[in-house]
Amino acid sequence: MTVSPLSATDLSRIQFAFTIAVHIIFPATSIGLASFIAVLEGAWLKTGKPHYRALCVYWSKIFAMAFGMGVVSGVVMAYEFGTNWAGFARFAGSITGPLLTYEVMTAFFLEAGFLGIMLFGWDKVGRRAHFAATVLVALGTLVSTFWILASNSWMQTPQGYAIVNGRAVPQDWFAVIFNPSFPYRLVHMTLAAFLVVALLVSASGAWHLLRGRRDPEVRTMFSMALWMVLVLAPIQIVAGDQHGLNTLRYQPAKIAAIEGLWETEHGGTSLNLVGLPDMNAEVTRDAIRIPHLGSLILTHTWNGEIRGLKTFPKADRPDSTIVFWTFRIMVGLGLLMLLLGVTGAALRRRGRLFECRAFQRFALAMGPAGYLALLMGWATTEVGRQPWVVYGLLRTADAVSPITAQSVGLSMMIFVILYFSVFGTGAWYIFKLIRSGPPAGERALRTAPGTPPGGPNGTTPAAAAHAPQPEAQRAAGAGRRPMSAAD
Amino acid sequence: MDLTLIWAALIALGLFIYVALDGFDLGVGIIFPFFPDDRERDRMMHTLAPVWDGNETWLVFGGAALYAAFPVVYAAVLPALYLPLILMLACLILRGVSFEVRGKATRTKNVWSLAFTLGSAGAAFFQGIALGAYLQGIPVVNGSFAGDTFFWLTPFSLLTGLGLMSTYALLGACWLAMKTDGDLQLRLHQFIGPLTIVLLLFMIAVSVWTPLSDAQVARRWFAAPMFYRLLPVPFAVAAVAALMLVSTRRRHERAPFALALVLVALGYVGLLVSVWPYAIPDSVTLWDAAAPASTQAFTLVGAVIVVPVILVYTAAGYWVFRHKTPADANYH
Repeated sequence: MTVSPLSATDLSRIQFAFTIAVHIIFPATSIGLASFIAVLEGAWLKTGKPHYRALCVYWSKIFAMAFGMGVVSGVVMAYEFGTNWAGFARFAGSITGPLLTYEVMTAFFLEAGFLGIMLFGWDKVGRRAHFAATVLVALGTLVSTFWILASNSWMQTPQGYAIVNGRAVPQDWFAVIFNPSFPYRLVHMTLAAFLVVALLVSASGAWHLLRGRRDPEVRTMFSMALWMVLVLAPIQIVAGDQHGLNTLRYQPAKIAAIEGLWETEHGGTSLNLVGLPDMNAEVTRDAIRIPHLGSLILTHTWNGEIRGLKTFPKADRPDSTIVFWTFRIMVGLGLLMLLLGVTGAALRRRGRLFECRAFQRFALAMGPAGYLALLMGWATTEVGRQPWVVYGLLRTADAVSPITAQSVGLSMMIFVILYFSVFGTGAWYIFKLIRSGPPAGERALRTAPGTPPGGPNGTTPAAAAHAPQPEAQRAAGAGRRPMSAAD
Repeated sequence: MDLTLIWAALIALGLFIYVALDGFDLGVGIIFPFFPDDRERDRMMHTLAPVWDGNETWLVFGGAALYAAFPVVYAAVLPALYLPLILMLACLILRGVSFEVRGKATRTKNVWSLAFTLGSAGAAFFQGIALGAYLQGIPVVNGSFAGDTFFWLTPFSLLTGLGLMSTYALLGACWLAMKTDGDLQLRLHQFIGPLTIVLLLFMIAVSVWTPLSDAQVARRWFAAPMFYRLLPVPFAVAAVAALMLVSTRRRHERAPFALALVLVALGYVGLLVSVWPYAIPDSVTLWDAAAPASTQAFTLVGAVIVVPVILVYTAAGYWVFRHKTPADANYH
């Protein structure tokens, strides 16, 4: 085996994969959490029950961390298209550029603008205004998903363009945005973000139940999260199935790679449950095959035909070894989520949801499952798009910037060190917040979560203290903050 | 209507708003070492907590709008400035995360304060380096960068790097003078004067160096109509700087920040004039770099509707948090 030095293209791909994989963790968290927090705040306004408010304040802290890290890791993404993928920017910038700009204009600003009020404005604006800010932040996260997925989907299934002087020029914006794979991808990703957070919240609820807490805060969040898993997991499976049908139609090579299918099997395609696709030998080794299941899943018919990888030129095949497994891990985790939701519902019927320790351990173990499934799903769709960056139009190898492998190697090193140390620490603090849990009833008056008593910021931790009595606190807040004397 | 011109103006405006807003934001980090007391540092950071995400968003807007309206510039300039931009992004990450973590840390608080300072100063410095390299001209052949990996590293770009750091430091000090009171405010006021002088020296150095090193700029600056249009700028800068010194001596709370913004705006106008009408100085004009009209028009529809709305609610956000940040604020 010879070791060939990595080219600027290879390194840029690794760097992009790394930076976007770290990035997506944070937006996925904030997309799901923002809606969860909006629901909590709405429930508090409607019922007046203090534990909703306490949960709202508590998860807002975690949201703030995730959002901040999402912003800074997202700035990197906005520039990497140019720094590393100038060929792509030149070819497709006239189409993907506006979609990103719309994302920044309609979503990014909406979130960042109202985030201050949502996090720190409890005693500065009225209850309704505060709720409006929270809802707008949540809406911003969803609008953001819309534009980013439109751009990504266009790269997968481009339409509505013309090629002029070697560049993609937009002809029909409606066709560009609502390209064939966009609706499926949008639904699949949004549900994924909600599932990520449902699993995160249920795992943190499970942790505190296992440690003996039974206060309404912990019970409510555990229960709400499991309702979400029960409802969303089956919907996600249906959405994923529909997405698969769409991919088979527009990107058949990707499906063949996902299934490790080399030959077109006439009269019914079997499914490789497990196996090891070998790109050089053009076989899937050690495969366990189930006849007709491939046709049944991918075409919804008994004898449906699926084109094998060998019908595509070697240069146009995505790496089956990778996507075969990323896809299977994602699906396996999805089935476990379904199991979690259904088991939770069964225990709930018997009134044992808050008592069954084995189930709580299961829920705890499933905490990272949403993130893992999300990353595996993205790896499947992105690696499955190769060797194209814009499917059928621009090859990844032609998209890279005229930069040296040394530069990319250096930046790669900086990103790896920085991301692991900095985002690792950030994630550690999120875990710390989750471990300390929402303040339970009386405790809220004394200690703010995440802030040790008496420090670091001095005396009364305002964030927690105003939890039970917003009106009183608002009055006190107004007293403490006199108008500043102008010049 | 010339869409290209509108987009150039919009991006120029977006970048100015970024420099004004994230400028004071980064500036607070840059002057952190001069205010070692941890409680004062907490307070300094709390003045930024509600606004920094929004401030940084203008950088993303600038990048995205450039990508949409001038993909050629985006595709040529970003690879050219690869290392300074990556280092700038790394610094922004470092400071963004220190922002979130510092308030929660106890034992490692000093480490995060240092990270906040290094990240803020580094981000400003590398932005300045990128600016300097851009002003000196980027080697472009057929719309692609065709230069050396380290072409951006010149004495001039080091000068603009330090210059931008001092600009942000001044903005940060003025912002804090507005948002704090008591002894801290007094020391900030005393700090603004020297910072103003330092910034003036950098402005003079850049203004002398640019036309000397670039004959095109010299011709543009000293040609008849432009010369008279630019003539008031140095006088205005001198006048504003003088006002600043008076204003801090009289302990005005808001005037220094406003004056600092005027100073930055004057410097910015000078830069725009020296670049005009190029998108990449001396090689690609705005019109050569423009995206197809259908792209610019589509994006402009959104911008015309959305940018005013953004400005209104950004202003509303600042209005809600317009008061001084109390010494015991807890935003974490």
